[in-house]
Amino acid sequence: MSTESTGTASTGAASTGTAGTGTAGTGTGSTGTGSQTSLLAVDGLTVLLPVEGQQRAVLREVSLQIGHGEAVGLVGESGSGKSMTARAIDRLLPRGAEVRGQIRFEGADVAALSGAALRSYRNRVAMIFQDPRAHVNPVRRIGDFMTEALRTNLGVAAAAARQRAADMLGQVGIENGAQRLRQYPHELSGGMLQRVMIAAALLTEPALLLADEPTTALDVTTQAEVMAILDELRRSYGLGMLFITHDLELAAAICDRTIVMYAGQVVEVRRSELLHSDPLHPYTAALAAARPDIGQRASRLRAIPGRPLSAFEAPLGQCAFAPRCPHARDVCLTAVPELAELDGGQSRCARVAELRGELEAADA
Amino acid sequence: MVSAAIGITSGPVVTVRRRGALGLLRSTGLAGLASAAVIAVASVLAIFGPLLAPYNPELPNLSMAWVGPAGGHLLGYDFEGRDVLSRLLAGAQSSMIGPLGVVAGSMALGTVIAVVAAWRQGPLDTVISAGLDIIFAFPGILLAVLAAAVFGAGLTAAAVALSIAYMPYVARVLRGAAMKERGQPYVAALEVQGASGTSICLRHIVPNMLPLIVAQATIMFGWAMVDLAAISFLGLGVQPPAPNWGVMISENQPGILQGYPLPALAAGLCIVAVVIAFNVLGERLFEQAQAGRR
Amino acid sequence: MRWRFLARRLAMLMGSLLVASFVIFGALYLAPGNPISALSGGRALPPASMHVLEQRYHLNQPFLTQYWYWLENALHGNLGISITLQQNVSSVIAARMWTTGGLVLYAALIIVVVGIGSGVVAALRPGLVDTSVLVSTAVTAALPSFVAAIILILVFSVKLGWFPALGNGTSFWSNVQHLTLPAVALAISSLAIVSRVTRAAVREEADREHVQTAISRGIPARQLIRRHILRNAAIPIATVSGITIASLIAVAAVVETAFSLNGLGAYLVQAAESKDLAVVQGISLVLVTAFVVINAVVDLLYAALDPRVTLGSRAQ
Repeated sequence: MSTESTGTASTGAASTGTAGTGTAGTGTGSTGTGSQTSLLAVDGLTVLLPVEGQQRAVLREVSLQIGHGEAVGLVGESGSGKSMTARAIDRLLPRGAEVRGQIRFEGADVAALSGAALRSYRNRVAMIFQDPRAHVNPVRRIGDFMTEALRTNLGVAAAAARQRAADMLGQVGIENGAQRLRQYPHELSGGMLQRVMIAAALLTEPALLLADEPTTALDVTTQAEVMAILDELRRSYGLGMLFITHDLELAAAICDRTIVMYAGQVVEVRRSELLHSDPLHPYTAALAAARPDIGQRASRLRAIPGRPLSAFEAPLGQCAFAPRCPHARDVCLTAVPELAELDGGQSRCARVAELRGELEAADA
Repeated sequence: MVSAAIGITSGPVVTVRRRGALGLLRSTGLAGLASAAVIAVASVLAIFGPLLAPYNPELPNLSMAWVGPAGGHLLGYDFEGRDVLSRLLAGAQSSMIGPLGVVAGSMALGTVIAVVAAWRQGPLDTVISAGLDIIFAFPGILLAVLAAAVFGAGLTAAAVALSIAYMPYVARVLRGAAMKERGQPYVAALEVQGASGTSICLRHIVPNMLPLIVAQATIMFGWAMVDLAAISFLGLGVQPPAPNWGVMISENQPGILQGYPLPALAAGLCIVAVVIAFNVLGERLFEQAQAGRR
Repeated sequence: MRWRFLARRLAMLMGSLLVASFVIFGALYLAPGNPISALSGGRALPPASMHVLEQRYHLNQPFLTQYWYWLENALHGNLGISITLQQNVSSVIAARMWTTGGLVLYAALIIVVVGIGSGVVAALRPGLVDTSVLVSTAVTAALPSFVAAIILILVFSVKLGWFPALGNGTSFWSNVQHLTLPAVALAISSLAIVSRVTRAAVREEADREHVQTAISRGIPARQLIRRHILRNAAIPIATVSGITIASLIAVAAVVETAFSLNGLGAYLVQAAESKDLAVVQGISLVLVTAFVVINAVVDLLYAALDPRVTLGSRAQ
């Protein structure tokens, strides 16, 4: 599969003179796909939000690409900027946000869209949110919720829209679709409501799904069911997906490639199956090691010392992870490491070449 | 800040956060402080008003009726030739005492009922809550008018009536807070150690609810003041010739039509100024109380 | 679900009405002296009149029986005789009902249109509009109706001559004119509260996650505001507006007195002063009933607007 080579090369030089540098993109010959045919291309995305009166960076020079029909995982702890990335892509940033860099969807500049073109974009990119109960209007019926976009933006007649909605409910495993359409959100369980949200997202026939921790708010059994449905439907419709989660294993399970973020930066891009056996960044290795394996014997849980930082809390002019990294040396403190390509993946580690092969189940 | 809740005997009060009164006041910001200042002035006047009045507030002198501000009479004369400023100063007493009584009565009663309902829970709580919901329907002014009809016009009857009318509202608000407090782990800890319900309520739950109680009392003072002034305005509260801001508005109202608006307006301004002060301070204190509970 | 909520609320309100009527009736016995002197307002009556009173009020019967008779009569529209006016209380009420009703309706209209309107506008247009609404509501929220009354009379009647100062009008249109200043005086402080609550509710709703979902689906702004923000905010707005309007009923008495209107409230006050207890009881009962009815309407509205509502009181 040429998945890794299509996705990792990114074009575009560094945009602004912030602390980060541009991605070291070296478009290899095999990448017949460039930013023109990839579904989504994010390039040097930097986002600043007003925090206590000042503009603070929450994303620094984030670049990623998603090909048509490709599932990419975006993993990070809280504050890593993963949700913010998705919101930036969907243009859902809060008031006062400053956005630099470029986001291109099917070649078109997303930031330049407005009016009908923007609405059309929102039909092609569907977002699935984390807490379904908070994200569905409690005073409107399920049917209204699901068919609203169809009727308003696509001009579908009400009856036809309801029929499509009922059919889609069947596809996500909800029986009696027509009856459910007349119910209110509080009458459904969290798991069902999330399935409704997925169904609603698929109704506008999007090309890209942005799934922001869709199962985090659900209990474990429901999680598995919802994940299965999401994965199956995505494959059968051939949709691209950006799957955001804090769970490395989960991302690896359903995504072909996984991107790891820390302190608002991309620190690793890797084929999912290689994440555990051959990670390219100490943070990824630490994340993988911190999650206890049921067959493993260990005296204590391996936690990463310190706490995850947001982009604006991280020290500038050096590797953001260095203060917590067991492999940090002087070279890590002198400059922000570039995102280097290595063996089909990418890593923002100054010592990536040296540490190759040593990172699996690395000890402190 | 979770102090050592486990392991104390009948010792000091366990609180989540405690500030002195001064600290609380300072945290209400500029508006809060300004309001507190206005309230302080009004309170001083309430106590010393009659002594501070330069002229006799009750002695009529019809030859000077409606005369405007002139030598020594900053605000002129009212409809019976009395010095307006003196009457305002003297009137502060009845205008402030009434609301104080209303607040004291309704807060005391409301707090007891709220805490008992929250502590006992179960059927007693259900009955009390239902009862409160039912009494809620009686508007304060109406009850005061009824009281005046039955017991005769006067400040006492009106104040008692308003106390009764406000009590359900107080009880409702405080019951919620009391229930939250009751669910805190330190309460369970104290219960396990054998502390009695009454002592826990009196020494721990109520003190922890104090910021809310004070905020509620402050806001209610403003409402009580408006309602009592209205009742005096109607002639069913403080009776003329006793000085009272509400009474002054009604007795000087004809002056507005005749071109002498100052006495009525001056009394109105006093009421509004003090009520705004209580509202603003009360709102700020309420915000602080909410913030402290998080 | 919603039906159970409504049934419980309506039962509560009927209970309120019953308790209130009991209190109103029982006031007769709380009065110092005996019931007859209370009814007569302390006036000396000839024995024949006393006998009539005894019969009418069944004063020789046990308390609860008396209460029952009184209530029954009230439900049939018979509220007794006014000592001072020597008329049926019910005819007195009927004559003055329209003034009070019109006044409260007028004030309610002002509160809904100006109060809710300004709140919505302030929430959706931050900046100068928002600040000016905030400032003006902060000032007017503390303005008691009788103080507002004298200011309005001074400015709009005496100085500007736009509106009459006192009394009712004669025709429909002059009625409206005469009721305008009183309606404004009655509405003004409630208006400020409703405006602030509306503003807060709309702002809070606009920040909610489900609005984000709608935005991400490309719902156009106008529809977003109407179907997701305002529709949801309508719940707390309607509840507060309803309660505020209900409270107007009591305060109307003050405004009617200030403007010399011949409404129920003004007459209630006069009757209280002259200790015409039958009138006081009759009008009190009517006013409390109106209060309860408005609260019932608010509950109905709440149940209609919020499908989540279950048992218990309105989420406030």
